[in-house]
Amino acid sequence: MRLVVPLQGVVQGRGGLIFGSLIPCALFYFLQLYLKRHRSPNSRSNPPSPSASAQNLAELTRTSSRSNLLSRGSIVPVLISSLATSISKPNDSPYYIGLDKASEDPYDRIDNPDGVIQLGLSENRLCFDLIEKWMLENLKDSMRGREEGDLSISGIASYQPLDGTMELKMAMAGFMSRVMGGAVSFEPSQMVLTAGATPAIETLCFCLADHGNAFLVPTPYYPGFDRDMKWRTGVELIPVHCRNTDNFVLSISALNQAFNQTRKRGTKIRGILLSNPANPVGNLLSREMLCDLLYFAREKNIHIISDEIFAGSIYGNEEFVSIADVVDSEDFDKSRVHIVYGLSKDLSLPGFRVGMIYSFNENVLAAARKLTRFSSISAPTQRLLVSMLSDARFIEEYMVTNKKRIRNMHDLFVAGLEGLGIRCADSSAGLYCWADMSKLILTYGEKGELELWEKLLHVAKINITPGSACHCIEPGWFRCCFTTLDKEDIPVVMERIRKLADTRAASRG
Amino acid sequence: MAIEIEKPGVGLSKVAVSETHGEDSPYFAGWKAYDENPYNESSNPSGVIQMGLAENQVSFDLLEKYLEEHSEASSWGKGAPGFRENALFQDYHGLKSFRQAMANFMEQIRGGRAKFDPDRIVLTAGATAANELLTFILADPGDALLVPTPYYPGFDRDLRWRTGVKIVPIHCDSSNNFQVTPEAMEAAYRCAESMNLKVRGILITNPSNPLGATIQRSVLEQILDFAVNKNIHLVSDEIYSGSTFSSSEFISIAEILETRGYRDSERVHIVYSLSKDLGLPGFRVGTIYSYNDKVVTTARRMSSFTLISSQTQHLLACMLSNREFSENYIKTNRERLTKRYDMIIKGLKNAGIECLKGNAGLFCWMNLSPLLEEPSRESELELWKIILNEVRLNISPGSSCHCSEPGWFRVCFANMSEQTLDIALERIHKFMERRRRN
Repeated sequence: MRLVVPLQGVVQGRGGLIFGSLIPCALFYFLQLYLKRHRSPNSRSNPPSPSASAQNLAELTRTSSRSNLLSRGSIVPVLISSLATSISKPNDSPYYIGLDKASEDPYDRIDNPDGVIQLGLSENRLCFDLIEKWMLENLKDSMRGREEGDLSISGIASYQPLDGTMELKMAMAGFMSRVMGGAVSFEPSQMVLTAGATPAIETLCFCLADHGNAFLVPTPYYPGFDRDMKWRTGVELIPVHCRNTDNFVLSISALNQAFNQTRKRGTKIRGILLSNPANPVGNLLSREMLCDLLYFAREKNIHIISDEIFAGSIYGNEEFVSIADVVDSEDFDKSRVHIVYGLSKDLSLPGFRVGMIYSFNENVLAAARKLTRFSSISAPTQRLLVSMLSDARFIEEYMVTNKKRIRNMHDLFVAGLEGLGIRCADSSAGLYCWADMSKLILTYGEKGELELWEKLLHVAKINITPGSACHCIEPGWFRCCFTTLDKEDIPVVMERIRKLADTRAASRG
Repeated sequence: MAIEIEKPGVGLSKVAVSETHGEDSPYFAGWKAYDENPYNESSNPSGVIQMGLAENQVSFDLLEKYLEEHSEASSWGKGAPGFRENALFQDYHGLKSFRQAMANFMEQIRGGRAKFDPDRIVLTAGATAANELLTFILADPGDALLVPTPYYPGFDRDLRWRTGVKIVPIHCDSSNNFQVTPEAMEAAYRCAESMNLKVRGILITNPSNPLGATIQRSVLEQILDFAVNKNIHLVSDEIYSGSTFSSSEFISIAEILETRGYRDSERVHIVYSLSKDLGLPGFRVGTIYSYNDKVVTTARRMSSFTLISSQTQHLLACMLSNREFSENYIKTNRERLTKRYDMIIKGLKNAGIECLKGNAGLFCWMNLSPLLEEPSRESELELWKIILNEVRLNISPGSSCHCSEPGWFRVCFANMSEQTLDIALERIHKFMERRRRN
């Protein structure tokens, strides 16, 4: 608060000026005094509301600290941890920015035809009608406990085994076996159930690696791994680059090179993280490759985590081989193999939070079991799923129909892209395709790719995931998820891309 | 059978092999004894009665009645129109309707004396996850949290295991009913400093576990002043706030903040859950309520590892936004817990055993120090073993709660029927008689 002192008039002794300047100054002074007294930083009866909760905070509102400023004179805010500080920064990954933008202005054919079309979230919406039908016919019965009482909760209200009930484990074992073509059988006692595949991966990481250790991860990979595997564990992810010329299939020599380079700089590698079926490319690891990987892991004495969450989303003709199958049939050391699975993709139930760690290593299972207290599956959901997964007839119908519908959408979408001169990588699984849009980039490189992504998001208004967010070493590739669309939306998507392509061709020419 | 040993087996992490999960302590050993020989009224009347598990089973019938009369909570309505959206909903903000219902419920529990903003609620799969998450956010590995003793044994695991954070105890004793004092807080702070540990916060449980008593207003003010003075965080675990025997005796830190005009609130965070008050631990529902924007944002992002099933959120949103149900539940639950408490206190008194004066929770804090051979931890564990093996009751020894005075035990009374509680009290009575005679 500044005091305005009318020195000039006083010094020069001119009365008129004194009055002319003194009165406004006095008024100004009293105005500032009034404002200071009545400025209340927070309302007295309601708690302060959080700042506009955009998921990406561009700016942090510090209402409470401002009040500290006025009341105590101390301006040191109470600190949060270094981990929290880094997490609180605005999310600069295009993967998350795109998701936010699409959810703020979601496309709807009727209500919001100019909205952003979401192709960046690998969700499967193609078979909800089947699940809804099952719910209608079975829900009342499915919620009934083993007791006769209607909707009895006494079986599910109390503490359950934190790593999942045996009933659900058995049901999951059956389901997984069916999903993977019946070639393997899974042991319920080797399962640890978690609230989604996200904590499953993190928990495994906590069990297998110390802070500062590393995992080798073939690229391109699911952007969420950077969060799930690294945030709280302090583990590093070393990319092992795969290229278009190999159809983005991993090579052992690249793996070896990455291993040696990392070891040379003093970082300990604890394992390899595979996604099979791969995300974002959508291809499968062959039996031979899985054997080679197991030999490699044995030679280096490291673990293998195989994220098989898309195993039930196969639409091509290639056969899916789980690492569990290979480990069973050949004489490999099973103690280094761990599988992650979940129901978010194959059964379209991401909201229900159902994931698992499947391991052959008793010590890992023992540790993981204790850690599930931080991420257990809710009991009513466990009960519902036991019912659903045990309905063999329904599961069979679902799997067959799901495969057909994903295949149809895939073929239509890929054909649409081809019509625009955009080629997709060979793939046979997943809820997405991996498209080469390098021809649309103005300057070949990561910057050019991001510029294209930005235009696609803000001008064409489609959200797709750029390869750089997946650590792809070759610019221009984008992941497009097509299972959140209706058939009628595909021409709309293609039209929007075409328009953008034409504008760019025109501006270039 | 030959076992080939070529190389040492593939290794596990330090976290995996550490003992910080604490499952070898007597707190959990007693549970094992119960699991092996559990009491059953008809099939195993001489089995071990579980009095070491703080679970609330006295008000199940109210929940069951609600669910019977409101099938829309367990389903998604006729034709299941909301199902699709619900099944896809994995937004870490959580269902708005559920957060609103939780905020209202928390307000009701506090008799409307504090207001809660649904946008400050972060959902987690249980309070266990909430406490761990807050620790990750408020402290770096190697830092310390001050926790008054005696405290819930699970904290050793939840606050320390994966976070790498340390607990420095604030010692409390029976001379003033185990209340926290400024001197004790100062001493703990100095102790941390002498160990070169940076204190990041103080974590209190109010109502207290294992004491079964609420923290007085003046003490809460002192604790908040201490946190302000040292510029550290204050976490108030209010998981038993709905399990007080009288509605007026519980004072939440939220009320203290309200009377201070929310000055200094950015350092305060409340943990809550439905596991105790609503008797639904299997549902895995916990919350963090923070007055600090940054903490809310980062906690929300980190909650990706511990989301609540959207099915459960939907169910509970229906249940808790039903005013008639929630008001009746809170009132009836309180009455029944009070009745149980009176029953156990009377029964123990008849057996010649005194307890700390309690007014909340699902347990009482029993004083068996007169029975100890000598005032030591070993003596206490000896007595605990006798009670487990001879009397066949699993109760929690104070040492597992880091109590500095030996001889105190936590005894749970809400996780069984009245008949079972009667049997347990009878066994204690007989045990005390035997001891008097010898």
